[in-house]
Amino acid sequence: MTAARGYRVIQSTTAHRVAAVVGLVLLGSLASLPSWGDAGTMRLLIEFFTLLALAQMWNLLAGYAGLVSIGQQAFIGLGAYGLYLFADLLDLHPLAAVVMTAAGVGLIALATSFFVFRLEGGYFAVGTWVIAEVFRLIVAGNRSLGAGTGVSLRSLAQFGAQGRIALTYWLALAVGFGAVFVGALIMRSRLGLSLRGIRDSEVAAGSLGVDVFRAKVAVYLIAAVGCAIAGSVTYMNLLRIQPNAAFGVEWTARIIFIVVIGGLGSIEGPIIGTLVFLGLRELLADYGSAYLVVLGSVAILTVLFAPRGLWGLLTARWPISLFGVRHRLVARTMTGVEEPIPPVSTESTR
Amino acid sequence: MEWLNAVVQGVLLGGLYALLATGLSLVFGVMRLVNLAQGDLSILAAYLALAIVQATGINPFLAIPIVVPVMMIAGYGLQRLALNRTVEQGPLPSLLLTFGLAVIIQNVLLDVFTADSRGLDAGPIENASIHLTDEISIGVLSLLTLLVAVAVLGGLSWMLANTQLGRALRATSDDHGAARIVGIDNRHLYGVATAIALGTVAIAGIFLGIRTTFGPSDGPTQLISAFEAVIIGGLGSLWGTLAGGIVLGVAQALGNQISPTFQLLAGHLVFLAILLFRPRGLFARVGARQS
Amino acid sequence: MAFLEVDRVSSFYDDFQALFDLSLNVEAGETVAIIGANGAGKSTLLGVVAGLLPNRAGSVRFDGQLIDRLSTHARAKLGISLVPEGRRVFPSLSVRENLLLGAYRKRPGPWDLAAVFDLFPMLRERADRSGAVLSGGEQQAVAIGRALMANPRLLLLDEVSLGLAPVIVNQLYAGLPAIAATGTTILLVEQNIEQALVAARSVYCLLEGRISLAGRASELSRDAIVAAYFGI
Repeated sequence: MTAARGYRVIQSTTAHRVAAVVGLVLLGSLASLPSWGDAGTMRLLIEFFTLLALAQMWNLLAGYAGLVSIGQQAFIGLGAYGLYLFADLLDLHPLAAVVMTAAGVGLIALATSFFVFRLEGGYFAVGTWVIAEVFRLIVAGNRSLGAGTGVSLRSLAQFGAQGRIALTYWLALAVGFGAVFVGALIMRSRLGLSLRGIRDSEVAAGSLGVDVFRAKVAVYLIAAVGCAIAGSVTYMNLLRIQPNAAFGVEWTARIIFIVVIGGLGSIEGPIIGTLVFLGLRELLADYGSAYLVVLGSVAILTVLFAPRGLWGLLTARWPISLFGVRHRLVARTMTGVEEPIPPVSTESTR
Repeated sequence: MEWLNAVVQGVLLGGLYALLATGLSLVFGVMRLVNLAQGDLSILAAYLALAIVQATGINPFLAIPIVVPVMMIAGYGLQRLALNRTVEQGPLPSLLLTFGLAVIIQNVLLDVFTADSRGLDAGPIENASIHLTDEISIGVLSLLTLLVAVAVLGGLSWMLANTQLGRALRATSDDHGAARIVGIDNRHLYGVATAIALGTVAIAGIFLGIRTTFGPSDGPTQLISAFEAVIIGGLGSLWGTLAGGIVLGVAQALGNQISPTFQLLAGHLVFLAILLFRPRGLFARVGARQS
Repeated sequence: MAFLEVDRVSSFYDDFQALFDLSLNVEAGETVAIIGANGAGKSTLLGVVAGLLPNRAGSVRFDGQLIDRLSTHARAKLGISLVPEGRRVFPSLSVRENLLLGAYRKRPGPWDLAAVFDLFPMLRERADRSGAVLSGGEQQAVAIGRALMANPRLLLLDEVSLGLAPVIVNQLYAGLPAIAATGTTILLVEQNIEQALVAARSVYCLLEGRISLAGRASELSRDAIVAAYFGI
């Protein structure tokens, strides 16, 4: 390597900037869909973007903060019922209802954090599930929220059938792209750096001054709010809210499969995972519960043999990334040319 | 008086929870691994017993000596073939793997046995009861469950305290690197721990099946109950787990007295209260740690 | 052919090379000491012999058998017992239980609970104390006793004197002749040069992953040792 005249730390390469532009163009064309696409396609995309948002949130928790939650359905359900509460019962505009729900869930998550953070590792995971069950049981026992039979969202009827789908679709786009954007933003920030340190070694990170606990709680709150918003949008599409479905652990099953198969610990992974998940579902639609068995088996095999998921397999061959979240060192040589310094791989000798 | 009866029922129910929780506790102690498929494995045992009973017509209790060894062998295999790869890698891989396993078990059971509720018929013992007073009676089956739980816990405790295997399990739980130095083959020992866990879980599942009806998706509820019993009782103590199971059982029974739909929620609320005010559990062993 | 043959072994911690083409021999029944400054590679060498660390090049032969591929517990079965750095007594077990566990892979031989208590009488009094509440010297005695309970053919001692008062260290080293007398081969690692020279017949000095001096303890001069130790 030729002697360097100076060094710079960058986060985005040209490739990343190109990817960002492509993303914006994609967003623009997708946003125009309601004027030329059919309701079926929009529904599928709503599902795609809300699942993607949920997956990104779970990935933030597990892939970056090392917190495995099997109870995010608590916040999905709260998002659904919050929407019902603010839009149907209190007559707010659906957008205002979503905002209010998000705020409310933030506060609730702050309260639940006091409980779950007394646990660690696998016990933390089951603790999050208990929290979800508590909410499920409370709602299922509450007459004004429809008890066990559930409720139907009626306040969206004011927009007409097409208007409702379009509104939900745009919200889904916002939620999906937003989750990816927020995820990338966090990872580029100091919080992201702290999280990566925590993921590698909590003790080491703490000794460097990282407030490990606050970082984890921050991610927990962000993920809770993100899941709640995604939950609200999901049920704007589904319209019928039942406690067992809204607070069901099946949500966690879907999210986990998406992230594990797509790739934990990267922002690109959940995108691939959501595509694979929905693709597999279409493919195996006629086989009932065999579909879930296949999903479970693929997840197990992925955990055992390809721990970084499909994206990990891809990047092992071709080291690409779509989002500039890592810090890279660039050296300016004597001739003024900038040379990237490849990162030292810590996995080479294991 | 009904309340006293409820407490008694709760104590007896605690035995069942303790049986479920023991497996969870042992596996976590030795390997720092939480098996999310634990509950589904107990339901699987109940279905295996059902299949045997349907094929041969024997009493479900007699199916226990058949199902338990099968489950123990399955547990050893599961640990050595799949879970051992995840043991020293932090909590994430084992949680993901056992979660996947739970989903697979639930859906295979659904496919094979349909979603219908099933029960294991053990004959008149299911309704027999001992009347202590006019208002307090003890179900013979419930009492038997508690006694079996105490016997299993007692046996396990004795084994851990007095045998070379027990010492090896405790040592591996302390320091698996130093355990290797002494000549302990960790991979084999982890397999043994899971085998024991699945054995106790199988007994619990069969008793559960006799006591009440069960379906393919009942696993998660059992997992949560087991987990709550462990946390309430405190990590690192088998008898603490029994106490935790009893506290949970009593909480649920009292909740049931208030309203049948309140039963589960009552248990969760007591669990959360303990988590908030005595996070180490009621009987935590000094030195026991979560990670 | 020596009892323990370490032949041109190189060992790495990821990209950092700790041992460079290192060779040494230990004869059956001998007591050999490895001395050297911190970071010289002494514990690494012991780790390679015990199977805790892999060697990327070279080979290790024990009683003629190639043992590179064997795991730590398999080597324990063959008769290689390690007293690890830091003692690593099991805190959940009592002194007696720690010792009994040492016999997990026991071979026939003179060492049993009574013999170990004879060697280290203070352990007999503390037999039922938990491993967690022992002093450093007591823990070291337990660690040595635990290794002896397997009746090893090769006893590996890693930094016995670390963190202990000289009086205690003397007491522990006073037990070595009794161990050697039963025919056990001993390979010990020590920062304390005095103790090493008294206890061992042959001495190797390590410097930055290589052998800088080798010879009989009685024949090496003070100056030679100092030079080899510090690389002057």
